[in-house]
Amino acid sequence: MMPFEKRVVPFFHLFLIAISIFVLVPFVWIIAAGFKTQISLLQGEIFFTPTLASFREVLFSRTTEFMDNTFNSLVVATASTIGICIVATLGGYAIERLGTSRLVVHALLGWAIVFHMVPPITLVAAWFPLYRELGLDNTYFGLALAHVAVHLPMALWLMANFVREVPVELEEAARIDGCTTPYLIWKVIVPLVAPGLAATAILTFIFSWNEFAVALNLTAKQTATVPVAIAKFAQGYEIKYGEMAATAALSLVPALAFLLFGQRYIVKGLTTGAVK
Amino acid sequence: MASRRATHDTLWRRIALTPTILVFLAMSILPTLNLMAMSVNEISWVDGKAVWSYVGFTHYARLAEDSLLIAGLKNTAIFAIAGVAAQVLLGFLLAWAVSRIARGRVLYRTIFILPILVPGILIGAVWKLMLNYDFGLVNGFIGVFGIHPVDWLGTRAWALPSVIMVDIWHWTPFCFLLLLAGFESLPQDVQEAARVDGAGTWAEMRYVLIPMMMPVIAVTFLFRLVTSLKVFDEIYLLTGGGPGSATEVISYTIYRTFFTQDRMGYGSAMSVTVLFFISLAMIGVLMAGKRGRNAA
Repeated sequence: MMPFEKRVVPFFHLFLIAISIFVLVPFVWIIAAGFKTQISLLQGEIFFTPTLASFREVLFSRTTEFMDNTFNSLVVATASTIGICIVATLGGYAIERLGTSRLVVHALLGWAIVFHMVPPITLVAAWFPLYRELGLDNTYFGLALAHVAVHLPMALWLMANFVREVPVELEEAARIDGCTTPYLIWKVIVPLVAPGLAATAILTFIFSWNEFAVALNLTAKQTATVPVAIAKFAQGYEIKYGEMAATAALSLVPALAFLLFGQRYIVKGLTTGAVK
Repeated sequence: MASRRATHDTLWRRIALTPTILVFLAMSILPTLNLMAMSVNEISWVDGKAVWSYVGFTHYARLAEDSLLIAGLKNTAIFAIAGVAAQVLLGFLLAWAVSRIARGRVLYRTIFILPILVPGILIGAVWKLMLNYDFGLVNGFIGVFGIHPVDWLGTRAWALPSVIMVDIWHWTPFCFLLLLAGFESLPQDVQEAARVDGAGTWAEMRYVLIPMMMPVIAVTFLFRLVTSLKVFDEIYLLTGGGPGSATEVISYTIYRTFFTQDRMGYGSAMSVTVLFFISLAMIGVLMAGKRGRNAA
């Protein structure tokens, strides 16, 4: 008799394939909807003649702002990712290796946990009046700073975990050779935590790219990011479903690119700290 | 802790910690204090300047009678508990299945990760179209079986279950990923020993896998519960809290009060209350976790 494990494997595959289809269908459907005409979409046609009209409208028409939104998203996500990588690497190293008092460490980690639990909308409510006073609303700097604050707890937590894995002996050897602290961080720590830093950077970038609640309330027309633009589509009196689907399909591109080229780092970033 | 020989370079410790502490002070302590100050004031905008007038704790007194807020709290609780329970259960089964197969692991993982990386607002847009009464795929699908189309997002009875279904679709993959990492880190010899002793699949699951996975399951559950209480993006696009208050969630109530109705003082009181209860819940969970660990 075949062992139970062997016999049951086809059923596992059947189950997993069914779920995979369930996961993929909405994506396939929205991309297909982007290639449909409004009429074909509204009639729910399954077989249709693909047209590029909606994509052309979103990308090249005179009234579209999709390119501006994409540019805004890129600026904000890049700036907040660079900011977070610097702050979190320094902070994580200080927490783990520079003899920071336990009181400070606990205060920071406690803050990180509470900050992670709080709905972003309460944070925006707290920032908004101060931003208005300082003229930071509707600026790239303001939104990037807000995204740094929202995602720093996660990044700090990750970087502290990654720094902890660097052997102390390496640092001691470098110190005996006369290495100063900034040189040590740059030449010993950063290269050793590079995979972890990459994981942190990719996740921060994706989360900043995806972030909606903060961007909705701290931006206006000139600085609106892609998620804010997608939300706008769904709220007009007459919803342009085709263009909404095309915009949605286009905004999938970064996620797909990261999934194909950086999956190892994404998995590392998402699971670090949960399993150990 | 004891084996960690830290270097006592005070100057560089201060320099390295300064950016973190600056973000901490400027973006959380200061705004939170401001939020508390706003919550005891009525704030109006006159010529682009905020004008404050002190009203004491009247905002807080009004919270308990706010039917929309109460609906929001109730729906958030249902949304989070029902959704997360289903996600962890389904994620566990998926992770278990993937950990048991030899070929195709990476392919399944790649497919399952996709929803995690996609903007929440995009998930809302996709499902708004999928659940559309006239041309959505879901009604088209049930139509094949002769079932009448359902107005998923527009009827009181279906709106909240529909939103929970979308959340399950969105976040089960995250539970799957954490639990798969858990399965992969389990020691193989214990499972082999169980099998040698003649444990069937069910016995192995009941007496070996579930107990050993418990810490990861707990972390996954808590982590998802925390993020689930924050839900905003999907609700914003799918239902806007409606119909009536059927899908009103706490984030949306605060958003509406503070930003669209411009009742900043009252909205701040809501935010402070949420902050307070979340901190309280966190302390409760941490203490329960500690007691659980001590008992084990």
